[in-house]
Amino acid sequence: MKATVTVMLKPGVLDPQGKAIGHALHTLGFGTVGEVRAGKVIELELAESDPERARVAADEMARKLLANTVIESYQVSVDV
Amino acid sequence: MKTGVIIFPGINRERDMMIALRRSGAEPRMIWHKETDLAGLDLIVLPGGFSHGDYLRCGAMAAHSPVMTAVREHVVRGGYLLGVCNGFQILTEAGLLPGALLHNASLRFLSMDCHLRVERTDTVFTSQYQRGQVFRAVMAHGDGNYFADEATLDRLEGEGLVALRYATPSGDVTPEANRNGSARAIAGILSPNLRVLGLMPHPEDLVDPLMGGTDGKPLFDALAVA
Repeated sequence: MKATVTVMLKPGVLDPQGKAIGHALHTLGFGTVGEVRAGKVIELELAESDPERARVAADEMARKLLANTVIESYQVSVDV
Repeated sequence: MKTGVIIFPGINRERDMMIALRRSGAEPRMIWHKETDLAGLDLIVLPGGFSHGDYLRCGAMAAHSPVMTAVREHVVRGGYLLGVCNGFQILTEAGLLPGALLHNASLRFLSMDCHLRVERTDTVFTSQYQRGQVFRAVMAHGDGNYFADEATLDRLEGEGLVALRYATPSGDVTPEANRNGSARAIAGILSPNLRVLGLMPHPEDLVDPLMGGTDGKPLFDALAVA
């Protein structure tokens, strides 16, 4: 079973990488682009058949390692 | 002080740290990150570098190394702990100091001199500086932008746990002197018992005239006689 953890900087935390990407997109002529935020996607292959247990496990992994909740928020999704 | 310098894979500033400690009279030993017994040590140092290749986040992997359980016990026992650069990042990732180190606001890796203003001197790390004294140190980091929420920043300030701030050579805290964009120009913070210090710049880079100065030596001198 696959779980996907998406990690983003919390609102209010400066994201210079997102800013740089936004700047580059403007330079390329994509004038409609507003704020850009950059994050990480982490895919986990889990030896688990129950989606709820997979979600709970991935959530714990996110809290303990994959995200630093001082600066980042995360979302867990499970492919069923 | 019996001193140990912890080596994580990818750390590269351990020898400079050993030199600085030895020059001030300490006899440090290196400790591999898989060791789990730190009994008998008074001071543990986490040096700078790129532990585990800075994968995921700087210091995130090292914060869960086997040795870190013993480092936590050392802190609970009231032991002294110094984290420099990646060592500071590891301490925040491990939750031993509050906050986090973000990418530099400029997005650039900064390798240059900076000046640090000493905010308090009644600590084992800063006792040989004067309050308000400015000393030169070297910064060499891509992720040194100190961040914490406003409540945490207020608590740090209120409890006097800001040890060092980026400043001009004359001691003024200005946006220009705060090159990495750190919240409230914070370069180094202390634990509430004043026995844990984390800082981004490298005092160990200036401990001999041959290195271009001795501005960092008082920190190691103070630790050696404590």
